[in-house]
Amino acid sequence: MAFELAGVTYETDEDGYLMDLDQWNNDVAKYLAEEEEVEMSEAHWEVVNFLREYYDEYKIAPMIRILTKAIGKKLGKDKGNTKYLYELYPGGPAKQACKIAGLPKPTGCV
Amino acid sequence: MAKIKTEPLTGKIRVPSIEPGATAHYRANPAKPEHNEALGFPGEKIANWEVKAIEKMGEILDTNRAFRVYMDICVRCGACADKCHYFLGTKDPNNMPVARQELIRKVYRRYFTIGGKYFPEQADACDLTEDVLDEWYNYFHQCSQCRRCSVYCPYGIDTAEVSMVARDIMDSIGVGQKYCNEILGKVLNEGNNLGLAKNALANTLEFFEEDVEEETGVAVKYPMDMKGADVLLIPPSADFFSSPHVDGFIGYGKVFHEAGVSWTVSSYASEFANFGMFIGDNETMKKVAMRIREAALELGVKRIVVGECGHAWRVAYSFWNTLIGPFDFLDPKYKTPTHMCEFTLDLINRGAIKIDKSANDDLVVTFHDSCNVARGSGMGNKPGGQFDVPRDVIKAVCNNFVEMDEETIREVTFCCGGGGGLLTDELLDLRVKGASPRAEALHDVMERKGVNTMAMICAICKAQFTKVLPNYGIGMDMVASVHQLVSNAVVLGGKKGV
Repeated sequence: MAFELAGVTYETDEDGYLMDLDQWNNDVAKYLAEEEEVEMSEAHWEVVNFLREYYDEYKIAPMIRILTKAIGKKLGKDKGNTKYLYELYPGGPAKQACKIAGLPKPTGCV
Repeated sequence: MAKIKTEPLTGKIRVPSIEPGATAHYRANPAKPEHNEALGFPGEKIANWEVKAIEKMGEILDTNRAFRVYMDICVRCGACADKCHYFLGTKDPNNMPVARQELIRKVYRRYFTIGGKYFPEQADACDLTEDVLDEWYNYFHQCSQCRRCSVYCPYGIDTAEVSMVARDIMDSIGVGQKYCNEILGKVLNEGNNLGLAKNALANTLEFFEEDVEEETGVAVKYPMDMKGADVLLIPPSADFFSSPHVDGFIGYGKVFHEAGVSWTVSSYASEFANFGMFIGDNETMKKVAMRIREAALELGVKRIVVGECGHAWRVAYSFWNTLIGPFDFLDPKYKTPTHMCEFTLDLINRGAIKIDKSANDDLVVTFHDSCNVARGSGMGNKPGGQFDVPRDVIKAVCNNFVEMDEETIREVTFCCGGGGGLLTDELLDLRVKGASPRAEALHDVMERKGVNTMAMICAICKAQFTKVLPNYGIGMDMVASVHQLVSNAVVLGGKKGV
């Protein structure tokens, strides 16, 4: 599978996750978000940016509690919880937010 | 994300009218060549696949006597027909266990019985064609190998075994399923299903230490690769990643801390799950399990304790001894494997850890028996311990515990709808529908008893329910790890320990 954006072709897996992480940019994220019916606010970008930073270092998405804590620190303690993350990304922070951030889909019992 | 349409819950499980072909198009993503090859299977469907598949079936018939009996002995009485959660949820008659197995039995009869060889029509036998293989692929990936139907079979046919054989044959001709085979490649490479590398695991464990200390003021340790620790803890790797799994893992650490028992996880074997069982491939199952033996030897531990993972408990309890035993290098005082629930219950019973049950007073808890624990294992020292030990743990840490309808628990528990290697997004529709019997039973106790928490000891069940229950209007905070309840109630600094 693939999609095209401004003349560039982006390969994805069968679930729509970007194959080549290096191809990711803000426009790709916006496109993927639209496909997921997620409207990107500043808070959404915070999550995406944190996921990418973490991935750069550890080659995997962070555990959800690491993510909630980081978001709590950035956006206020009342937002550092799973419920808020699901409000941002109803398809689940691990899967939907990873997809928009251009990360591979987490595998296993998740 | 599109919400999957569900019927409003009534609290009653009804047998539906059939809808032939309702889920014929449900298809798990096929494995890519690299996923198959990593496990020693052909990358893609091989040229002479029909011949090779029948050869493979012949080999299995010769070596697995149970499978041959299951092929011959079914009289199609239909006792199993309305026992499968996928049939109840999808209405597709091919999801009646008897019909699902007929997909393979009719091929068996064609090639391996005299009647089927010479009079296929009268014997209701058929060739293995492209269409039949497609049906195999689709419907043997609509069976979660939960074995509820087997409980009701008058001949004791183990349907899970039949599904495993079907998948084994398909893998052998290069027709693998992506979800299972990709994950098995990761566990063999990285030591866990997630693909969590050593530095990421270390970071995760450090986070637990900081988080628990921040919350409780007590420096509970979550050690990794600590040589000479008494206990090697093998959790499912979802315990490092997902909610509510992580809350259970935090609970394990608190229990060890309070007991004063030194413990460690291993970065080499950081996975209890073993999908080798789901694909019916003993060699792969053995390789995955062997990492645990190697880690235990390398770290020089006295015993192995395992976390909350359903199918892996079946693998450990029922198969470890022959797969990766003997465990003569471990301290013979302890049972191998020991389930975390057994470990905790023993401490509670001996008064070695202090519990404040009132910490869970806002919860009304019920327990979902996970299929592989319920029908594929034991626990503790008494028959039925696999049902009673986790319940005894819950009752020891909660004041409010109620049971769901007796037709839906213990030995006849309903699968969560995501087991057996089906916990993948492209099968979400199937998963939602397959969860309907459990959702009905849960709804019933929510209405009548005010249940607000369903506890369980399986990583698949936890991930599946948090994902699918919202489709029935039930929030994901309904789902809890048993050791999350322990975590809430254990009093840190309360006792001297063992």
